[in-house]
Amino acid sequence: MPWTREEMAARAANELQDGFYINLGIGIPTLVANYIPKGMHVVLQSENGMLGIGPFPTESEVDADLINAGKQTITQLPYSSYFDSATSFAMIRGGHIDLTILGAMQVSEKGDIANWMIPGKLIKGMGGAMDLVAGVKRVVVLMEHNAKGEAKLVKQCSLPLTGTKVVNKLITDLGEFEFMPEGLTLVALAPEVTVDEVKARTEAEFRVGLH
Amino acid sequence: MGKLYNNAVEALAGLLRNDMTIAAGGFGLCGIPEHCIEAIKQTGVTGLTIVSNNAGVDGFGLGKLMEKGQIVKMISSYVGENKLFAELYLSKKLVVEFNPQGTLAERMRAGGAGIAGFYTKTGVGTQVAEGKEVREFDGHTYILERGIVCDLAIVKAQKGDHEGNLIYRKTARNFNPLAAMCGKVTVAEVEELVPIGAIEPDAVHTPGIFVQRLFKGAQFEKRIEQRTIRTA
Repeated sequence: MPWTREEMAARAANELQDGFYINLGIGIPTLVANYIPKGMHVVLQSENGMLGIGPFPTESEVDADLINAGKQTITQLPYSSYFDSATSFAMIRGGHIDLTILGAMQVSEKGDIANWMIPGKLIKGMGGAMDLVAGVKRVVVLMEHNAKGEAKLVKQCSLPLTGTKVVNKLITDLGEFEFMPEGLTLVALAPEVTVDEVKARTEAEFRVGLH
Repeated sequence: MGKLYNNAVEALAGLLRNDMTIAAGGFGLCGIPEHCIEAIKQTGVTGLTIVSNNAGVDGFGLGKLMEKGQIVKMISSYVGENKLFAELYLSKKLVVEFNPQGTLAERMRAGGAGIAGFYTKTGVGTQVAEGKEVREFDGHTYILERGIVCDLAIVKAQKGDHEGNLIYRKTARNFNPLAAMCGKVTVAEVEELVPIGAIEPDAVHTPGIFVQRLFKGAQFEKRIEQRTIRTA
């Protein structure tokens, strides 16, 4: 049984460590905030200019001046801070953020990532994704293993790249992969999913090193 | 009179012309100079190149200028919320230069700080790097990005005084201080106009030297894109 989006987010939460500064991307990665282990102190950064993202507001707490990078209303915490976008990306580009968890359209076996444009179709832009993959110490990607039957874990990305050789770990609904010096390695499987099934639904070459 | 004007139309008088470059503060619809945008729309000035992280939404923010065909080029990092934008872009009626968000912020800061260019790892190996100088430093690959200076910058702040000192509020700060720096002339709209001395000097976010004109906005709509509520 493949993992649900919630289960993928819960798996990704294993990456968190006490004291980490973390940037969560839009979509499934945002759900990781719901799985921060009790007693662990991590600080969530929002690249539009905030450290210390609080929970979503109640109706009466809604503030148009307080949003996250996905433009959702949020709240502040006692230790929060605000800053301009250049300072925000100084944190990101300067290697001060420990971990980023992002979504993707394609990931290659070399650790390349594409997540900002489908030429002629989807025009969104990269936002902060290129800065994040270039500057953050550890990059974890959460994505569905396939889209409309197509493999998203590929030999080489066909879509415009966000970064090259930057992904450290990939979690899909079928399993978990590490990008190791020896090559892409499948390290965990979702319940009842087999290696053969993953192979059949993946274009990239990978080693199997389940633990 | 100094830097103080009555409204957006007066503050922008004599500053607008066709084919100019304008930097706009804001992230999404948060902290956008909504009065300046409306006033620019009213003048009908065209051929504009806009430097702004986002492009507003259909019918609000910079989307207003797009509807009237006043913008020919956007320099932005993310435009996913604007359907008209996508249509104009895909039909080649609008040129878009996509910049990574941090690169865009730094280009504006650098331009305003008199720095012609800087090297960054962001975008190496992607189409952002095409045509740009590539250089190795300490075993890492970087690309050269240029500072941006704009003919005009429009920004929005929570508080301002007659000197042009500005204070922003929460995440509405975003690109505003950087836009203020990179404008040859900067016009600021504020929610609250306060007397000299009311802003603690230590608390100033944008020193008045970066602001040439300011006015108090009559009424800010401050539209919310994704109203997300916690259930109990």
